[in-house]
Amino acid sequence: MQFLSAHARRLQLIPALLAGVLLLLGAGDNSARIDRLGHQMMCVCGCNQILLECNHVGCSYSTRMRDELTAAVTRGDSDNGVLQWFIQTYGTTVLTVPTNRGFNRVAWIMPYLALVMGIALVVFIVGVWKKRPLAIRAGVPATVRGAELDRFREQARKETEL
Amino acid sequence: MAEIGSFVLLLALALAAYSFLAGLIALIRKQPGSERLSETARRAGIASFGTVFLGAVVLVTSAFRNDFSISYILHHSNRDLPLPYKFATLWSGQEGSLLFWSLLLSGYGLVLRLRHKTDTRLFAHASVVIAAVQVFFLLLLNFAAKPFAVTQGAIPADGNGLNPLLQYPEMVIHPPMLYLGYVGFTVPFAFALGALAMKYPGEKWIHITRRWTMVTWGFLTCGVFLGAHWAYSVLGWGGYWGWDPVENASLMPWLTGTAFLHSVMMQEKRGMLKTWNMWLVFGTFWLAILGTFLTRSGIISSVHAFAQSSIGDWFAWFLVISLGAFTFFFIKNRSHLRSEHKLESLISRESSFLFNNLLFVLACFTVLWGTWFPKISELAQNTKVTVGPGFYNKVTIPVALLLLLLTAVGPLLAWRKTSLESLKRNFLWPSLGALAVGIVLLALGIKPWNDVSYFYALIAAMLAALVAFTVISEFLRGGRVISRHTGQNLVASIAHLWHRNTRRYGGYVVHFGVALVFIGILGTPFNREAEKEMGFGDKLALGPYTLLNRSYTQEENGNYSSDLAIIQVFKGDKQIDTLYPESRFYTASKQQQHMPAIRSTLKEDLYVVYEGQNPDTGHPIIKAHLNPMVSWIWIGLITMVFGTILSLVPNAAPSRATVRDSVEAGVHVRPAPVGAGD
Repeated sequence: MQFLSAHARRLQLIPALLAGVLLLLGAGDNSARIDRLGHQMMCVCGCNQILLECNHVGCSYSTRMRDELTAAVTRGDSDNGVLQWFIQTYGTTVLTVPTNRGFNRVAWIMPYLALVMGIALVVFIVGVWKKRPLAIRAGVPATVRGAELDRFREQARKETEL
Repeated sequence: MAEIGSFVLLLALALAAYSFLAGLIALIRKQPGSERLSETARRAGIASFGTVFLGAVVLVTSAFRNDFSISYILHHSNRDLPLPYKFATLWSGQEGSLLFWSLLLSGYGLVLRLRHKTDTRLFAHASVVIAAVQVFFLLLLNFAAKPFAVTQGAIPADGNGLNPLLQYPEMVIHPPMLYLGYVGFTVPFAFALGALAMKYPGEKWIHITRRWTMVTWGFLTCGVFLGAHWAYSVLGWGGYWGWDPVENASLMPWLTGTAFLHSVMMQEKRGMLKTWNMWLVFGTFWLAILGTFLTRSGIISSVHAFAQSSIGDWFAWFLVISLGAFTFFFIKNRSHLRSEHKLESLISRESSFLFNNLLFVLACFTVLWGTWFPKISELAQNTKVTVGPGFYNKVTIPVALLLLLLTAVGPLLAWRKTSLESLKRNFLWPSLGALAVGIVLLALGIKPWNDVSYFYALIAAMLAALVAFTVISEFLRGGRVISRHTGQNLVASIAHLWHRNTRRYGGYVVHFGVALVFIGILGTPFNREAEKEMGFGDKLALGPYTLLNRSYTQEENGNYSSDLAIIQVFKGDKQIDTLYPESRFYTASKQQQHMPAIRSTLKEDLYVVYEGQNPDTGHPIIKAHLNPMVSWIWIGLITMVFGTILSLVPNAAPSRATVRDSVEAGVHVRPAPVGAGD
């Protein structure tokens, strides 16, 4: 009987243990979210550091901001909700990168646009240069062609690349 | 002392102005007697170095003598400042660093003017350009940012001290390196502008400036990386590059300078890209000045920036004037820059240089764009935004990986046209090796599908391996040929090979260093950290390490007081190290500063920071970072510098392989001319 009651007591503990485990799992999720969101925000004290990386002594903002972030995540606010709250409180500079909306989209588009335009330009230049007539210098024999030219090339290659 | 300093700087301005005006008149007039006028200009330029040097000596001496009657010394030094940092006072503030800049520029000008016999007319043109830049900096020193301004009112007994962030051994080396790089690009720019202005025939100016450019690039590389190392060792946030505007300012000229180092070979070997090279060398010079403008104008906020001041306007005007002058000469003489050759194939060394330049310039544009976008946003939509590491990592990593690919592929492509057979011969084994590295990393548990940063890390590792294997295969292949011809062993043959074409093989070593740097960077996604309040005997586990707080204490010297923890590091049950992270409070400046303790191995860095104390318990709060592979970045830098030095060694005199040696070795060879370039 004593064994049964002890067993029952243990069984009664299971829901509590499960709740604890779930809470810990939730805490794990929360800390991952805090870590992710905290790396999407800057400390606004002027140190130009990511919120969770700001470590300068006596910073009057980072501790408060971290507490606010933890509170918002624990409350269950969505990622977007948390970020919006910080934007409204500290301004748009609190985000580490420009948003992908409105004029800020230009910030993201421009580097890729430049890459595409640059590649197109290089391909165009290569095309133009391939068609360009070769300027012939005085004193250079212009009649070297075909197999002879290939032979010279091969020889030059061997001689210069060892 | 202040009077002497002010006087010598005024004299330096007069000499530089004379050097510029007399030199310019001599070049324009082209009459009998112009040569003598040009010679006086050259000598005035030489003398200007002496006066600026004297000015710098006066300022440093004032720091050593604790002469707080000079305002600059009062604000950047104090009595208990250690001697090496007193020396560093010269470049630790706005006015002093401008004096230092001016000193280096005069020093470069001195060397240039002493070597004028190489080509008197070209050097006279370059000397005028240098003198013009000197005049600008000396105007600043005499009228806008006076290093010898006297302290107003009663002179305090002690100075305000040097910024704690600057009290680190590397700050005695990093700024001079960076400035030598920044300022040094004035020299190739001066030669380029001089050659353009006088329609200098051929590519000789490039041959003359080749070493200048490489030395300057080497200094700038050292400066940028030492800055990163300083940030890692002092700032205490566990990283080495934060994409701060000031860091970006140093990176931009490095990127265009590196592009120039590559594209200049196109002009040397094939007479191509003449216009591009002109703009590239000008762009590099201009970006160095722009960086200085950024850090000193206060236009863009940065923790590294100097105090906000009016000298930003001076720099803005100088940027506009220099752009105008260069554009004028370019438009006037652009017909002189026509290319001499045509491109034969897309798969050739030439097109690889084109893409290489595109990517370097694109990377520079991206950094410039990100640095300026907060300002652009403010102007366009009246809203400030932050452009932080997330932006740069996203947009620059793909470009960096493409550059790494070109670093592997480009050097092995032949000039004009590369055959399929040659591609197969050069890339088969390195590609298989890179593939093997990828497979090993996957087997070790890297899951590129889990996170884009892991994917980038995997690609970077494979590309870095490809670069390393192509470089090694090039050395081995060339070494074997030499060995066959001469009968030397492989190591001697490789040394022989390098000495025949130092720039090419030194360049390969630089590329190898770049691969090592990438290996160091690719560890970043795998960084880990942990933080804990640690009383006596408390433990903190991070990765394979356990940190045990053995003790914590306070120490004090005249310059600062510090809280420090004595942390024993265990791996398993074995103690492997003891670390002493500190938090210092500097007495004179009344500023606090972390001093992380770092245990570096080739595999990873254990980086321990004394974050502060719990006010209730008095226990230290310790933050530990585990940063994989970081050491490889610094090893990569050393390799790059070593490669640059190898590139600067003059080639062995062209000779012919002796038949006797080959016959002795039982190999029949035809004499082959050597010493030809890549």
